[in-house]
Amino acid sequence: MSGMTTGEAALNFPFLSLGLWLPLLVGLPLVLLAKNRNAIALGALGATVLQAVITILLTIRFDRQASGYQFVESADWIPALGISYKLGVDGISILMVLLTGILGPLVVGAGWLTIHRREREFFAALIVLQTAMLGVFIALDFILFYVFWELVLIPMYLLIGIWGHERRIYATIKFFLYTFAGSVLMLVAILALRLYTGTFDIEAIPAEMADASRVLQRWVFVAFFFAFAIKVPMFPFHTWLPDAHVEAPTAGSMVLAGVLLKMGAYGFLRFVLPMTPDAVDETRGLLIVLSLAAIIYGALVAMVQPDLKKLVAYSSVSHMGFVTLGIFTATATGLDGAILQMLSHGLVSPALFFAVGVVYERTHTRQINELGGLASRMPIYAAIFGFFMLASLGLPMLSGFVGEFLVLVSAFEYAVPVGSIAALGVILAAAYMLWMYQRVVLGNVRNQAIMQISDVGWIEIATFIGLAVLVVWIGILPDTFVQLLSTATSSLVGQP
Amino acid sequence: MVNAPWIIPLLPLIAFALNGLLRSSGRNKSQGYGWLSTGLIFGSFIATVLLWISIDTSATEEFVLYRWIASGGFNVEIAFLTDALTVVMLLVVTGVSTLVSMYATGYMSHDANQSRFFTWIPLFVFSMIMLVISDNLLQLFVFWEMVGLCSYLLIGYWYQRNSANAAATKAFLVNRVGDFGFAIGIILAFHEFGTVRYREIFENLGNADERMLTAIALLLFVGAMGKSAQFPLHIWLPDAMEGPTPVSALIHAATMVTAGVYLVVRLNPLYTLAPQALLVIAAIGTFTAFMAATIALVQTDIKRVLAYSTVSQLGLMFLAIGSGAYTVAIFHLATHAFFKALLFLGSGSVIHALQDEQDMRQMGGLWRKLPLTYTTFLLGGLALAAIFPLAGFWSKDEVLAMTFVKATAPAGSALSVFHGAAIYWLFYITGLAVSIMTAAYTFRMILKTFHGTPRNPELHAHAHESPWIMTVPLIILAIGATGAGALLGIPPENGLIHGYLKEAAPIIHLEGAAHPNTLVLALISTLVAGSGLLIAFGAYGKGLRIPLIARTLLPGAETLFKQKWYMDHLGDRFTVALTKALAFISWGFDVAVVDGIVNGLGSLTQTLSGQVRRIHTGQVQNYALLMVIGMVLTIGGLVLFR
Repeated sequence: MSGMTTGEAALNFPFLSLGLWLPLLVGLPLVLLAKNRNAIALGALGATVLQAVITILLTIRFDRQASGYQFVESADWIPALGISYKLGVDGISILMVLLTGILGPLVVGAGWLTIHRREREFFAALIVLQTAMLGVFIALDFILFYVFWELVLIPMYLLIGIWGHERRIYATIKFFLYTFAGSVLMLVAILALRLYTGTFDIEAIPAEMADASRVLQRWVFVAFFFAFAIKVPMFPFHTWLPDAHVEAPTAGSMVLAGVLLKMGAYGFLRFVLPMTPDAVDETRGLLIVLSLAAIIYGALVAMVQPDLKKLVAYSSVSHMGFVTLGIFTATATGLDGAILQMLSHGLVSPALFFAVGVVYERTHTRQINELGGLASRMPIYAAIFGFFMLASLGLPMLSGFVGEFLVLVSAFEYAVPVGSIAALGVILAAAYMLWMYQRVVLGNVRNQAIMQISDVGWIEIATFIGLAVLVVWIGILPDTFVQLLSTATSSLVGQP
Repeated sequence: MVNAPWIIPLLPLIAFALNGLLRSSGRNKSQGYGWLSTGLIFGSFIATVLLWISIDTSATEEFVLYRWIASGGFNVEIAFLTDALTVVMLLVVTGVSTLVSMYATGYMSHDANQSRFFTWIPLFVFSMIMLVISDNLLQLFVFWEMVGLCSYLLIGYWYQRNSANAAATKAFLVNRVGDFGFAIGIILAFHEFGTVRYREIFENLGNADERMLTAIALLLFVGAMGKSAQFPLHIWLPDAMEGPTPVSALIHAATMVTAGVYLVVRLNPLYTLAPQALLVIAAIGTFTAFMAATIALVQTDIKRVLAYSTVSQLGLMFLAIGSGAYTVAIFHLATHAFFKALLFLGSGSVIHALQDEQDMRQMGGLWRKLPLTYTTFLLGGLALAAIFPLAGFWSKDEVLAMTFVKATAPAGSALSVFHGAAIYWLFYITGLAVSIMTAAYTFRMILKTFHGTPRNPELHAHAHESPWIMTVPLIILAIGATGAGALLGIPPENGLIHGYLKEAAPIIHLEGAAHPNTLVLALISTLVAGSGLLIAFGAYGKGLRIPLIARTLLPGAETLFKQKWYMDHLGDRFTVALTKALAFISWGFDVAVVDGIVNGLGSLTQTLSGQVRRIHTGQVQNYALLMVIGMVLTIGGLVLFR
């Protein structure tokens, strides 16, 4: 019985609010008041480590068997409008919370190494961004969710617009307008849902929508679809992504690929599947075709990119295609696969962007044909880059394989041709990754500048190792993570 | 050991971890890495022997290590299955690995990065053991890809050579194509049987749809074609010779490339129920054996002769499978592991002696300089050529005998697809042709390398016999190549290995098939192999103009063989060029159309908002306006359509 009471006490403790606001409250003053560059970075590191620790504790304390939301906190916010401050996590969001938390310190590490002007603003933006992203995944009130969703855009806009490369203005405007257009549509959908169900409570809406008309479902679905499809991004709404990545600083790319893209997939899982199930059924064929197009087309376009960063960006389009494929085939296995793939991609693609950044810092080029032979000068880097390259192409025992395989299992259940086409993407992924690695890392040094460069330093190694540990863990013991999901995913698709 | 089979993979895993850790000390050049690897792999071999002694061959033991994943109905455990087939495979894998690792400790002793080499070798051995010992398809697939990774890493070991990197990438990609089929096969098997465990699949075979069974069997075989280098997915294996020679011996001859054969034999209850698939396997095996043998006849690089020979011999193993003789496939796999590892290591000894020269046109007359290498190489060559009474004779003779039996099986008996299975006569005769060519290319290689006058006197003058650490493995393998066939395979079809494998990997009994006089068939095989040997001796020993005659009789054949039947053009260059063309078209489409529309919309909005801006002062208002318009439209829609 005493165990029960401590359990109850733990449940009432506002873990989520703590994870959300404490890093901001601690981090912002530290960063803004710090005297020099290293102190600023250390302040940001402290804040994000704090957040990471809280999200790890949350994941450990998360009850795998329980259905519904856990760690729920609820308070009135604007009662007149029925808007509340409600937070909670379930199997759908817990891994995204973990991912957001863990990436934080690693992104700070990357920023520490690569940002050399206006560091104070940079790290402040990063801390705000971390809070906003976490808020997206734990908000259970639609308006609260929307606020966080929009709040993510602002620091991201600044990260690219201020610390980006040559064409950063073009890229930021494209990024902002594109995603903002989606956000506006989402707000419309949220208001429509409110009009119909009378609540902003995300937890309550699915049940309220159970007997909504097809027409309403369709309108809400369409509005949500554009918002989330742009964010993922799904084909053909993806062209903002390569531009944003190429112009973003390394740390910005890491957050963008690691967490921001997952917000779109999360939207599909959290809102679209449970709130507009009939509309999804009606459009399933199209959604699956778009997912397949992203997988194959993204991989093909990645194959011929002369710019290393664009290659990784297009590979994201392809890998996120597996995520949406898993979501829209809508079996428990497919959803598990999609979420594992989100987690895996959230670890591997930041690592790849960081790897590109490491080279760019040293050689000031990202053009594949200006590189080559890096292994001779940077053997440790070559091994690390190789490791993440293999994780990205779906090598078993590393994270990428598990999610993609589960998605394929689900895709074959849907239709054999769909599964077969998706599986082709796995061949293409090997092709563009191995060819890239061969041209960039292996072979002889062709560029004299490379003769002078040094291998990775300890901050870089630590950042990579932080990601690598999880990549291996997911690969060898995927069940640890699947067990967190399965209660939520199977209830979402109504399978036992 | 039956209760603790995990020791067998654990020891090489420790070697991998230790060598990997020791590497980070920065000291890369030390024979210690090699000895650590050899010692722990040898420990794994001893554990396998203990398992062999303690196991009940009629039973199947299972040992669950942990649950890998459970998602929906998809449930996979990392688990070990030990039966007679596992034991045979494990003995081959750990035995050959020990010898090759020992040999490599000498061979690589001058290499500046040998710590990397001896990190990947035990990782390979670990993965190969996990592949063989798996109790389900998915675990096998996982380690199937892991051995592929080790192959990739070791082919590209000298990463400053562009040819090595290209070969490594090619190996990985061609195998991925095979694994594409393999993965589909596994997933379809899961949907058909509700499980990926062998035992449960076998229990449910009776309820399965026959067409689905054939489809699954063929798709899994596509994976086997990639790994075991069967036409048209064989193109990666000859290029894989870019790796250090011990790697060629271990991974690309004795162990990894036989994984495909093992896969099909492991699933033999499934394949027996899919006779069309067996026919396809026999056909592809036979054609591969023939094609690769013709190419081996005209190679000038000693390792490439052996590589094409391996492709050809793997084809014969698949012919045995296609004839329903699973035991025989494993028998040939085992003897082949001995003599082909021996030949590769022997070629390594030659290459080592000649300062990395691999071209046989630079060799000749080496037998006096390298007496031990020569003797063991000759024994390996005789075994490969299937000369009585060496190992290859017993196993290959049985492959052909089983094809013969299959050919004589009447319609309506087990496995008959077409009436009378007459096509197996074609397979049998082609098999005989392969035997002639095998003996011919083997002795062409031996004569060009070791006999005649030295064609490069300078290299010849500096040639020296290899140290004991390299010759001891040669001697042990030579003993195996000489005696293993007789030890395991006498009397034919009823030897030790037949009794041992009769449960796990049986020979399908064909009702009403002829029971050929074994002696007569053996005699035919011997005559055929002998004639091939004589042809080589005439052409390269006595200087008869046999090649010239052959060129005149078969114009164009030499070009076809030298161009490797144009498979590299078709399979590699054409496919790659096509994919890249498609990729460029997609990229162009992305820039011009997909992004073009977005940018077009963007500039349209800019133009419009330029107008709007005259009224409004800033962007915020525009967005607010947009929002309001959107809301009005939606709410209007709701009202209208409700």
